[in-house]
Amino acid sequence: MTTITPINEDSKQESTVIESHADHRMFGLAAFLIADGMTFAGFFAAYLTFRAVNPLPTNAIYELELLLPTINTALLLASSATFHKASKYLKQTKNGLCQRWLMITAVLGVAFLTSQMFEYFTLPFGLTDNIYASTFYALTGFHGLHVSLGTIMIFIVWWQSRNPGGRITIENQFPLEATELYWHFVDGIWVILFVILYLL
Amino acid sequence: MTLANSSSNSEAIQKLQPTGWMKYISFSLDHKVIGLQYLVCGFIFYLIGGALAGAIRIELTTPISDFMPRDVYNQVLTLHGTIMIFLWIVPVVNGAFGNYLIPFYVGARDMAFPRLNAVAFWLIPPAGLMLISSYFITGAAESGWTAYPPLSITSPAAGQIIWIISVLLLGGSSIFGGINFIATILKLRQPNLKLMQLPMYCWAMLGTSILVVLSTPVLAGTLILLSFDIVAHTGFFNPSLGGNVIVYQHLFWFYSHPAVYIMVLPAFGLVSEILPVHCRKPLFGYTTMVYSIMAIVILGLVVWAHHMFTSGTPPWMRLFFTIATSFIAVPTGIKFFNWVATLWGGKISLNSAVLFSCGFIINFVLGGITGVALAQVPFDVHVHDTYFVVAHFHYIVYGGSVFVIFSSIYHWYPKFTGRMLNETLGRFHFLLTFIGFNLCFAPQHWLGLNGMPRRVAEYDPNFAFINQISSLGALLMAISTLPFLWNIIWSAFNGGIAGDNPWNALTPEWLTSSPPPIENWEGNAPLVTEPYGYGTINQEDLVEPTPESPSEESSQ
Amino acid sequence: MGLLFGGLWIGQNINLLPLGASANAPIYDELFKVLLTIGTILFLGMVVLVVYSLIRFRRRPGQTGDGAAIEGNLSLEILWTAIPAIVVLFVGLYSYDIYERMGGMQPLNHHANDASSHEHFNSGNGRIWGGIGSSSLATPQQSAAIPIDVTAMQFAFLFHYPKGDFISGELHLPKNQPVTLRMESKDVIHAFWVPEFRLKQDVIPGQPTILNFTPTKTGRYPIICAELCGPYHGGMRSTVVVEGAEEYQDWLLSNTKVSTSEK
Ligand code: HEA
Ligand code: HEA
Ligand code: CUA
Ligand SMILES: [Cu+2]
Repeated sequence: MTTITPINEDSKQESTVIESHADHRMFGLAAFLIADGMTFAGFFAAYLTFRAVNPLPTNAIYELELLLPTINTALLLASSATFHKASKYLKQTKNGLCQRWLMITAVLGVAFLTSQMFEYFTLPFGLTDNIYASTFYALTGFHGLHVSLGTIMIFIVWWQSRNPGGRITIENQFPLEATELYWHFVDGIWVILFVILYLL
Repeated sequence: MTLANSSSNSEAIQKLQPTGWMKYISFSLDHKVIGLQYLVCGFIFYLIGGALAGAIRIELTTPISDFMPRDVYNQVLTLHGTIMIFLWIVPVVNGAFGNYLIPFYVGARDMAFPRLNAVAFWLIPPAGLMLISSYFITGAAESGWTAYPPLSITSPAAGQIIWIISVLLLGGSSIFGGINFIATILKLRQPNLKLMQLPMYCWAMLGTSILVVLSTPVLAGTLILLSFDIVAHTGFFNPSLGGNVIVYQHLFWFYSHPAVYIMVLPAFGLVSEILPVHCRKPLFGYTTMVYSIMAIVILGLVVWAHHMFTSGTPPWMRLFFTIATSFIAVPTGIKFFNWVATLWGGKISLNSAVLFSCGFIINFVLGGITGVALAQVPFDVHVHDTYFVVAHFHYIVYGGSVFVIFSSIYHWYPKFTGRMLNETLGRFHFLLTFIGFNLCFAPQHWLGLNGMPRRVAEYDPNFAFINQISSLGALLMAISTLPFLWNIIWSAFNGGIAGDNPWNALTPEWLTSSPPPIENWEGNAPLVTEPYGYGTINQEDLVEPTPESPSEESSQ
Repeated sequence: MGLLFGGLWIGQNINLLPLGASANAPIYDELFKVLLTIGTILFLGMVVLVVYSLIRFRRRPGQTGDGAAIEGNLSLEILWTAIPAIVVLFVGLYSYDIYERMGGMQPLNHHANDASSHEHFNSGNGRIWGGIGSSSLATPQQSAAIPIDVTAMQFAFLFHYPKGDFISGELHLPKNQPVTLRMESKDVIHAFWVPEFRLKQDVIPGQPTILNFTPTKTGRYPIICAELCGPYHGGMRSTVVVEGAEEYQDWLLSNTKVSTSEK
């Protein structure tokens, strides 16, 4: 049996390296999102435990309206769909359409953030009122941070996918794909968040 | 986002790198340089953490608080625990050896994400310096490395916040490292190399990295909530504002129990590499070793509440966690018996590397057995938060992980530097360390059983004598560092030339020059499908290891 | 064999524990003996194996070549999976039994003041109370166990005796009488530990905990705070005095008088 055999692969050949590299970055991103998801999982667990064992103190206010968050959920879900459309157009080398749908996605993201801000300002409780309030702000705030980051990334991706001159092309889809994966992830987190914060 | 669309990109990067010793303080992307950066940096922090341990032991030679003020004592022990865990063991067993060895083992020229890798390392020195300087600027955190609220909320805030930021940075570093290891092992593996042909250290690092990715973010989230409590006066963990302190403990231990396996699984992997080489025998029971690592990973995620048996957890929870914890002894035991079986019938060179590895086996078994005892609720309610626990975990982290780190340095030093270490000094180092260590920590079991709580600067005078013995042991340990330091520094210039493969080992890092060239192999990467083929593979192959023959290279 | 007996001998004859002064201390010591015996056998066994291998299979000068190429052995693997599994299963069940006998499995949370638990308090059906558990609120007044409220703060324990309504800095207990401590902290987490009772329970702010036990030997024992609670954590100690019923009554009376006359 041979133990030591040289393999017939010239790793100095950059083309193969680049191709495999793109794959790994998506893989790395996915691993990172799992890690990020665990941070949220920790928050969720904390919130659920607080609810299970810590009674709301007397006189404390913790009331949530459902209308705005439902609209928000719809906004985010729609933005996932529009992003998906954008990346489909990129694959068909229709950069113009891709850009248009990216812009729609970004606008939806901004709308989400605005309406979230609006909710913050109209809520009857503040950050330090009670632990429900604190956890509510911590969870939505941390998520909002993710949405803000995502929106900025979408604007960058939008700019870079302009047709002559942009770096994002059919050969180099990674930035767009990465942003899309991230965006879907942020959406998914919102759905869980919506269920446990507002519906439970 | 830079893309390697120019074909000379990676070469260009390499050219920009400084050479000579300067490269070790640069933002190098070479995994071997980064590995050694981790190792040296970690060792410096070990000396600092050890000096702090020395301060602890000096304070404890007398039953009264005389060597330092009480709050300083708490700062010192917090720094000691934090530095030893987050700046010494975790970066070294994962970062240092992982970075150095994993690319060799999977047959790659570097890690999957070299830049991320360098970033992960360079997060560590600033975090560590910040942590230590907090002592001089504002006073360090003083609520122990566990930082339980509400103590951590009510004690001086500046030190605690700096502590949180440092630990967040170190956690981020270890998550980046973990992602990188998973991607390297799973994705950069040579196409013909099967998972079950990988050296055991790869499996250990895969398991560890899974734990890192799953559990470290929870710690990060928890510490963010804690910092809100401190800075913004929210009440997550503050009972006077309606918060719940037990939730913090659950979240903290959800990370910090897996963290103990993050500290020890890679060490298991390293021992599995070292023993076969020096016993000239295949690693016994490869397959069961792999499964036992995975079993430890899974079990390790569901045993955290054994640190909270006295926290008023409900009985069913205690019962569950007792059983789950005890069962970790089974996969761990498998590994130990397999190592003994690897020794059995071998032709063992009794060199420093083997001595430290065997010292590890003996110390860890004792620490593991006291661990299983601690897992029994009725036993733990007496000894929780006493020196019995201190003895348990030093037997494991020092007697286990640190012994393995020493063993690994003796084993891989020739590869790192191209020079041999002095054997006599090495054995002397082992002897001093082993005696000092046991003298220091064995008596602490008795202290704990008889009523000495941990984290105290003053104690019942009846315990003074035993504490002095323990401090004497610590002194021996401190002295034992000297021959080691002398050895590694002296040998770097004067040691015998090692040659490529002084141990006649079969794992891929030995099939290249010492120290290895920039992209690990001059020619093609060798495909090593039997890293433990001792006894079957012809000795002649080993004397002249020819990873690539010129004829084959030209055939492309 | 020698190993087995050596382990047994060490386990049975070496006493590493302080005096046992509560009803669950003997049970605890029994568990400790078993754990020490098993632990010693396993530990010595491993040491002997390792040291023997190192000596017997060491490479002698001039020796070259490899050891036998044994890569594994299924029946051995099964053997050393099974043995630890059986051992930990035994240890787990045994310590469960011990814990049950200490009363630790009693869910104090919800049933502390319902009829079934009063039965245990009263009937003395061999059940020894050493149990610990979190509790929202218990009203142990009606039971035979002496209720005492413990307040922990930086850096002292205060014991409030509902009977007599006074506060003491020392804990006085009558011998052979079950006690129920209801503990709560004012600031940070502390822990109530009496090594001679083999008992420890964290004292947590915002979440009362309960500790039940029966002291069995008269004497003065230290109460130690076992959870880091600040700079003077090491100095946070008190004393528990276990005394005969009469002395205890005297003490109770004298204190009651003092506190009422002061008011
Ligand atoms: C590298 C670090 C490390 C490792 C690997 C372990 C491993 C184990 N630990 Fe330890 N532990 C710590 C580090 C570690 N621990 C630290 C730092 C603390 C204190 C934290 C703090 O509060 O500050 C702690 C505290 C701690 C506690 C809490 C004590 C308390 O505070 O009251 C418990 C309780 O269950 C415990 C149990 C165990 C067990 C069962 C194992 C098992 O994994 C051990 C398994 C190994 C063996 C059993 C030996 C080999 C097996 C055989 C030879 C087979 C035969 C054996 C049997 C059948 C028993 N540990
Ligand atoms: C993870 C690894 C690790 C390691 C390796 C060590 C190593 C040592 N530890 Fe540590 N220890 C912890 C992790 C570790 N510890 C943790 C997590 C805690 C709990 C903290 C808490 O409660 O929050 C703890 C707590 C702890 C305590 C309990 C404190 C208390 O509860 O009050 C004690 C007491 O003896 C102690 C002692 C020692 C000693 C003597 C060593 C020795 O092995 C150290 C030997 C090394 C040296 C002695 C270095 C030699 C070098 C020099 C002397 C050079 C001097 C350098 C200069 C002057 C620049 N440790
Ligand atoms: Cu109170 Cu320590
Ligand atoms: Cu643990």
